[in-house]
Amino acid sequence: MEILIYGAVNSMIFMLLAAGFALVYGVSRIPNFAHGAVYVLVGFLTWSFLNDLKLPYILAILLALVVSALLGLIIYRFVLIRLRGMPTSEIIASFAVSLVILEGLRLQGIAGFKGFIGPFYSLPPFFDAKINVAGVFVDFQRLFILGFGSLILLAIYLFTHYSKAGLKLRAIAQDEQAAMMLGIHPDRTAMLSLAVGSALAGMAAVLVLPLGNLAVEQGYHVLIRALAVCIVGGLGSWAGTILASLVLGYTVIISSTLLGTVWESMVLVGTIILILLLKPSGLLGKQKELEERV
Amino acid sequence: MEMSERRKKRLDRSITVRSRGLYALSSWREMTFLLLPRVALVALLCALPLMLDMYWQRVFCAAATYAMLALAFDFLAQYAGLVCLGLSMFIGLGGYVSGSLNHYWGWPIWVTIPLASVTGAALGTLALVLCLRLRGVYFAIVSFMLPLFLVSFIVATSILGSTEGISSLDYLPNIWVEQYLLVGALLVALFGLRRLMTEDFGIILQAVKDNDQAVKASGIDITAYKIKALFLAALIGSFCGAYLSHLYGWLGLSMFAMDFSILPIAATVMGGMGTLAGPVIGAFVLTPLSEALRGFGQLRVVLYSLILLAFILYKPEGILNYLERKYFQFERWEKV
Repeated sequence: MEILIYGAVNSMIFMLLAAGFALVYGVSRIPNFAHGAVYVLVGFLTWSFLNDLKLPYILAILLALVVSALLGLIIYRFVLIRLRGMPTSEIIASFAVSLVILEGLRLQGIAGFKGFIGPFYSLPPFFDAKINVAGVFVDFQRLFILGFGSLILLAIYLFTHYSKAGLKLRAIAQDEQAAMMLGIHPDRTAMLSLAVGSALAGMAAVLVLPLGNLAVEQGYHVLIRALAVCIVGGLGSWAGTILASLVLGYTVIISSTLLGTVWESMVLVGTIILILLLKPSGLLGKQKELEERV
Repeated sequence: MEMSERRKKRLDRSITVRSRGLYALSSWREMTFLLLPRVALVALLCALPLMLDMYWQRVFCAAATYAMLALAFDFLAQYAGLVCLGLSMFIGLGGYVSGSLNHYWGWPIWVTIPLASVTGAALGTLALVLCLRLRGVYFAIVSFMLPLFLVSFIVATSILGSTEGISSLDYLPNIWVEQYLLVGALLVALFGLRRLMTEDFGIILQAVKDNDQAVKASGIDITAYKIKALFLAALIGSFCGAYLSHLYGWLGLSMFAMDFSILPIAATVMGGMGTLAGPVIGAFVLTPLSEALRGFGQLRVVLYSLILLAFILYKPEGILNYLERKYFQFERWEKV
C-alpha cells in the first residue's frame, strides 16, 4: 500500500519534471538542457522572494514562475534562435546556459551575494500536516503534488487541443513547412514553447521542492530524470511520457525500498538501457521517431 | 535600390595554389609554407615544458590532457556524429583501472598505463555500444548520464575506495617522463587522427555522419565503424585517465567530474569544430586562463560556459578556421 501511494506520488513527480522538456522537444526539436537549471533557479528565486523580500508565499511563487517563463523566452531569443537546425550546437549551447545558471548560483562574494551552498535552503510546504490514507501517513504536500500535477496535465491537454496558441504549437510539431505556409511563425511558436516549458519546470520546482532541501546539484538530477522519462516514453508522445513516468516512478520506489536510495540513478540508467535494447524508439514512440533514432 | 555596396572578396594566396599537391616539392619555399604551421605546433609543444617552472609544468600537463580529450570529443562529434557529453567517463575508467591494478596488485606503471588505456577504452565502448542505435540528441543524453551512473555505482557498492578514493599510487619516474609522455601521446593522437581521416576509414565515417542510410545501402556495416571510432576516442580518454592517476598518485570520484566533460567541449568550440588541431589550440588557451582564475572558485566553470556560448553564437568557425583563412587566403573589399 505504501509502495502504491508513494509510487503514485513519485510517478507524478517524474511526470512534472519531464513535462516541460517533452513539450519543448516535441514542438521545436530543441533539446533544452537548461531545463534542470530553470527548475533550480525557480526554487532559489522563490526562496529569495520569500526570505529576502518577505513577499507572501503565493506572490513569490507567481513571480518566480513569471521569471522562469521570461528566462525561457530569453534563452530562445538570444541563444537558441541562432542555432536552429544544428543539433550539436543546440545541445552544447543549452548545456552551457544550464552550467552558467547552475554554477552561477554557487558564486560567492560578488555584490554581497553569498552563494547558495549548503543545506540551509528549503521551501516551506504549502500546508504542514499529515493525513492517513488507507493506513499510510502521507503529508499534504505529496497530495498537493498529485492534485496539482493532474490539474497541470489537464491544463496542458486543454491548452494544446483547444487554444489557438496550443494548436499552433501542435501544427509546428507535426509539419513545420505546412504550418509556415498557413502563416504560423516558427520562431514565435518555438519561443512560446520554451516559455511554457520553462514555466512548467518552474511549477514542478514549486510543487516538488518543499519535499526536501534545495541544492544546486538537483539541477543535474532533474535534467537526468526528465531525459530518462523522455527516452523511455518515446519523445513526442504524451501517452508515452505518462506511461514512462509511471514505469520509472514505481521502479524507483520499489528499488529504493528493496535496495536503498543510493541505487536510484543506477536503476534509472538500467531501465533506460533495457528499454533501448528492447524497443529503441521508446515505449510508445512512433515510426517517425524510430527513423530518427535508429 | 542599392542593397550593399561592398563585399569581401577572398582569394587564395598564390603560394597556396603553388603548394597544392605534388607541386609543393618544386621549391623549398612552398615546402616551408606547408610545413611551417605543423612544425611550429610540434616545436612549441616540445619546447614549452623546458621553459616553464614546476607549477606551470603541472598546468601544462592539465592543458595537454584537456587537449587530448578535446581531440576525442571533436573526432566523435564532427567525424562520427556522436556528441559525447560524458568524456569524464573515459577518464574515470582509465584512471580506475590503472589505479586499481597498481594499488591492489602492485603492477608497475609501464604495464598499467597501456593496459588501462586499452581496458578502459574497451569498457567505455561497451557501455556506449548499446546507445549506438541512438543518434544525435539521444546519444548525448545517455553519454551525459553514464559518468554520474558510474559515480553512484562506486558509492552504492562502496568498492574501489568509495568516496575516499585510492591514494599512494606509484608516481611517474621523473618530471621529463611526465611531460614528454603526454606531449608524445598528444602528437600521436593529433597527427594519427588527422591521417586516419584521409584514409578510407575516415571517408566512410564522414559518410556515416552525413547520411547513414546511404552508407548502409552500400553494404557497409555502420555500427562496426561507429564502434571503432568510439574505441579510438575512448582510448585517448582512458590513456589520459591512467596518466592522471599516476601523475597525482591518487584517484577518486573527481575523475568523473564535470570539468573533464565541459572544458574539452569549450576548447573544441573555441578552437574550431572539425579541425582536430583547433581543439588542441583551444585547450592550450583555455586551461591557463582558467588556472589564472583559480582564486575565483566556481567562477571558472561559469567562465568556460560563457566563452563557449560566446564562441558558438558569435564566432562558430573558431580560432583555427579563422587563422587558416588568413594564412591561405587574402581578402579585400570589393565594389559590387
